[in-house]
Amino acid sequence: MPEEASMRDAYGETLVELGKANPDIVVLDADLCPSTMTKYFMKEFPERSFDIGIAEQNMVSIAAGLAASGKIPFASTFAVFAPGRCFDQIRMSIAQPGLNVKLVATHGGLSVGEDGTSHQAIEDLSLICSLPGFTVIVPADAIETVQAVKAVASHQGPCYIRLGRPKLPLVYTEDYRFELGKAVMMRPGTDATIIAMGIMVATAINAATELERQGINCQVLNMPTLKPIDEAAIIKAADETGAIVTAEEHMEHGGLGSTVALVIAKHQPVPVEFVAVRDTYAKSGKPAELLERYGLTAKDIVNAVNKAIKRKLKS
Amino acid sequence: MYNIDAVEIPSDSKNASSGTSANNAEVFASNEDLKAVAKRLRRHIVTMIGKAGSGHPGGSLSAVEIVTTLYWKVMRHKPADPHWADRDRFILSKGHAAPMLYAVLAECGYFPVSELTTLRQIDSRLQGHTDRTATPGVEMSSGSLGQGLSFSIGMALAGRLDSQGYRVYVLLGDGECDEGQVWEGAMAAAHYKLDNLTAIVDNNGLQIDGWNRDVMSLDPLGKKWEAFGWHVIEVDGHDFNQLLDAFEKAKTVKGQPTMIIAHTIKGKGVSFMENVAGFHGKAPNKDELEIALKELE
Repeated sequence: MPEEASMRDAYGETLVELGKANPDIVVLDADLCPSTMTKYFMKEFPERSFDIGIAEQNMVSIAAGLAASGKIPFASTFAVFAPGRCFDQIRMSIAQPGLNVKLVATHGGLSVGEDGTSHQAIEDLSLICSLPGFTVIVPADAIETVQAVKAVASHQGPCYIRLGRPKLPLVYTEDYRFELGKAVMMRPGTDATIIAMGIMVATAINAATELERQGINCQVLNMPTLKPIDEAAIIKAADETGAIVTAEEHMEHGGLGSTVALVIAKHQPVPVEFVAVRDTYAKSGKPAELLERYGLTAKDIVNAVNKAIKRKLKS
Repeated sequence: MYNIDAVEIPSDSKNASSGTSANNAEVFASNEDLKAVAKRLRRHIVTMIGKAGSGHPGGSLSAVEIVTTLYWKVMRHKPADPHWADRDRFILSKGHAAPMLYAVLAECGYFPVSELTTLRQIDSRLQGHTDRTATPGVEMSSGSLGQGLSFSIGMALAGRLDSQGYRVYVLLGDGECDEGQVWEGAMAAAHYKLDNLTAIVDNNGLQIDGWNRDVMSLDPLGKKWEAFGWHVIEVDGHDFNQLLDAFEKAKTVKGQPTMIIAHTIKGKGVSFMENVAGFHGKAPNKDELEIALKELE
């Protein structure tokens, strides 16, 4: 079993590191600092920490005001609440004026588990990607989280990072260097390409290993930056392998699959299959049970790859 | 791929010009009669909305004395340097009163008065509701009600963190106080003891669907803000002396933010617009504009 680590801890610890280096970094939370792990920063830099209480709309607009005054605010809550609860505040206070706010939302996707529908963000990426000017990142493990948080701190403009609740297996080693807007080749292959992000990257690698046993040589791309997406990498993958499967812990609409399909349709039409939550809400359950119930396992990816390859051979 | 560099973002970096005594001379100052200024602003407001054929005259006209007092007597600001780090900030939370703010900024010299009649036209810097990226002197993109107080709290917190002496002023509508976020902000500003923040409610009593008391009761508005921990001052929002006294008093209040509830008349200065909800978001036609300008001579 690969080593597991918490993305949320990685975020919290990186914030402290950033805070030590840059006095303009400020942190906001909405009464969830022990869960989002902003608690580390809040303990270290109380004068630069603002727990706004259970008022996400207020938090988002306050963060915008801080950014308009030269600060670099990191604002955190659960992904269901930002962007969901405060979409208009994000749109008008942050996105339209292009203010330098960093929203880091935790507890994304179905892997939240037992808390159920109200706490399972499966539409957040669709909402946030619809806002012009936002940079959107979904890291695949704790190591990529550290790098992504550092990258957005030095990037001018609105950013959204989505993290998950559970510990995840590490897909990277410490020498990994995240590059904003760049896909990362996790495993080369010739028959098809799996494009995945977040929790689904490790699952995609497992699926590729299983496919290898079936005699299928499958490439895996990690797409940590959902927006602006690495179009060149997608076009190259479509060109070289002729079949694409996307995998995400999100609704089929408006997330990774939709974005990749847009690029494919415009530039390099090949068969695309989508591993994502269909048009439904989920329910309480253990993360693994939910991922299985809603079609987000390695087996689902294997089936999707086989389907995509079949379509490719037919055409 | 979008290009973030193409978006013009006002820079508020502390490297911008600072408030040394040498350039204090550039701080806006005028001995002009405030009543004359207010009349000119009102003429601009009805003219630009009339020319545009749409816009919000009622809530623009009701706030004229409030902003005249702020920009001509209270706030430290430099029209030639809109991003001056030490400037006092004015946030128009009720963004539909944009024509009022544009008239103020033009009269102060942020941009030419001749530009006012481009209001709402394609490619104009004067958008239908305020746009921080478009207009010199506009601090916040507004138009979606309820966000300005929170935004102002962020600016006030930043000013305190950096030990900058600037003050933050935010103008809210009374109907805007229906928005829950306003009260989230009310709670937070008092919690953080933001005595560098002054909010003003343009309490003209009307919103689109009618009188506040019929649509959604706000009373007792002052007591509500007091209960949220604010120092509350109620004034006649068309009386310069009362407004000036209130703003000066707010500067001396320590440990809590100040709310100035300014009792105003919607459409003030134009007889057929006064206290008429219908002129919240309706432009005067050619004949109406002529009458309005005559009344404002």
